[in-house]
Amino acid sequence: MESLYQEVILDLSRHPHGRGLAGNAAGTSHQVNPTCGDDVTLEVHLEPGTDRVMSVRWDGHGCAISQASASLFSDLAPGLSVRELGERIELFRTAMRSRGTIEPDEELLGDAVALGGVSRYVARVKCAMLAWVAGEEALAVATAA
Amino acid sequence: MTLTSVSQTPVGFSPDEIATFRSDFPILSSRVNDHPLVYLDSGATSQKPRVVLDAEREYYEHENAAVHRGAHTLAALATERFEDARATVARFVGAKDDEIVWTSNATEAINLVAYAIGNATAGRGGRAAERLRLAPGDEILVTEMEHHANLLPWQELAARTGATLRYIPISDDGALRMDKAERLVSSRTRILAFTHVSNVLGVINPVADLVALARGVGALVVLDACQSAPHFALNVKSLDVDFAAFSGHKMLGPTGVGVLYGRSELLNALPPFLTGGSMIATVTMDSAEYLPAPHRFEAGTQRVSQAIALGVAVDYLVEIGMDRIGQHEAALGQLLVQGLENIAGVTVLGPRSGETRVGLASFDVRGVHSHDIGQFLDDRGIAVRVGHHCAQPLHRRLGVTSSTRASTYFYTTPDEVAEFLDGVAAATRFFGVDE
Repeated sequence: MESLYQEVILDLSRHPHGRGLAGNAAGTSHQVNPTCGDDVTLEVHLEPGTDRVMSVRWDGHGCAISQASASLFSDLAPGLSVRELGERIELFRTAMRSRGTIEPDEELLGDAVALGGVSRYVARVKCAMLAWVAGEEALAVATAA
Repeated sequence: MTLTSVSQTPVGFSPDEIATFRSDFPILSSRVNDHPLVYLDSGATSQKPRVVLDAEREYYEHENAAVHRGAHTLAALATERFEDARATVARFVGAKDDEIVWTSNATEAINLVAYAIGNATAGRGGRAAERLRLAPGDEILVTEMEHHANLLPWQELAARTGATLRYIPISDDGALRMDKAERLVSSRTRILAFTHVSNVLGVINPVADLVALARGVGALVVLDACQSAPHFALNVKSLDVDFAAFSGHKMLGPTGVGVLYGRSELLNALPPFLTGGSMIATVTMDSAEYLPAPHRFEAGTQRVSQAIALGVAVDYLVEIGMDRIGQHEAALGQLLVQGLENIAGVTVLGPRSGETRVGLASFDVRGVHSHDIGQFLDDRGIAVRVGHHCAQPLHRRLGVTSSTRASTYFYTTPDEVAEFLDGVAAATRFFGVDE
């Protein structure tokens, strides 16, 4: 239980980071997990005239894992280029899909490594991925614009 | 709340009786996550006793053959067993044998009715089906608490025929607004489809009152009996419904078999839903004549082993006694609700304690998602259902996106309910509900 719900996850689910949409984002994405109805809307804001992420804002409903994951994504993104953030999303996805065989890299993923335990609970991987999939799509929208 | 106070509350079956039942179910003695399994998800699917598992194996080992075709000994034997199972299920719900149609599950049973009425509306079924046709201006009435299986087939039928879908709302405590129902039912109402027992609220709907409203305007009544037929005695004739649907796997049977009850005259007036082998009298290159019900609705190779095993499951239930099963589960339902009401931060959906409900309770934990509650309980070997339970409109009406549901059967013990309640209380502490 404690490996899945680390203290940082429980804290973030009660006191989220980056919650609340700002509007006028470079890219926005809405994602739904059809099995539980959890949803997240996530905005990627870029530094004007650059491809560097200024901030991530989000809103949504869901379990502790999906809510904490959105907070952790919004903590990780600022300052990274679109390409760098895209690579980290991919790294995170690989760790999540590894069924506990790959520990996420703290150097690159920061506090999001707290979600490492989720990969052993196959049914919960989608919860952890929800915000990151939204981030991926929002980045694609931002780049296409 | 303590373990002992709950355990001492009298319920329908004695501990010895329940222990005997449980010894018939191999899975109930398994361990999950280093804890004895506490299975509180029978509302989703029941566990299976050994006699049911054996029935399928024995059929395949000794009797397997195609039914209703072929003249060899095994074919005759298989056909007899298949039809005997139909008669067993018919007796179980008070129907005639030819009023029981095998389907894959209750979802298919309800779709069968909806599609057959759609086919009648498209002009199929000749004179007999004329009175079943829908037209723009006609109304199909459901309730706000329906499982998606008794909502979407009607949404689709309305969309195909131009009929209008309306619904009877519920009150905050999950009761149907009968005052609204009285005003919604009118000469435009052609079909009234509703659930006998809500799979989320545990509430038992007033079938007689609803049927009376429908009869007053000549509307067809379709009953979703998924959460009633497995759990208490039911007679389709005294309920006076036109159609009823339930699933085998929720009542000790295998997956892949469900039941549609339909009044003879209606089944024989409806054009078929699925067409193909076995359901015909004569076929030419241009047209076909169909067999009478139930066979006109059983195209293609049937789920023979499942139907036979469901017959065995029904025999097992009848031997225990549906009335006593109903009493046992009603008592467990009260234990569930009383216990949940005593946990800070927990809100039960549906009737309060002391009010009638089946052995099922769904609840919301303030600020904690149902998946987190379910995960926490699973870690203790306790299996519950989480999510919207295929009833999104109902959850939206109650102002929650999802809920956690514990549901019992006759093999559920008061101690298991107590373990579950302890688990929920511990989960509220773990997730800091009071912070």
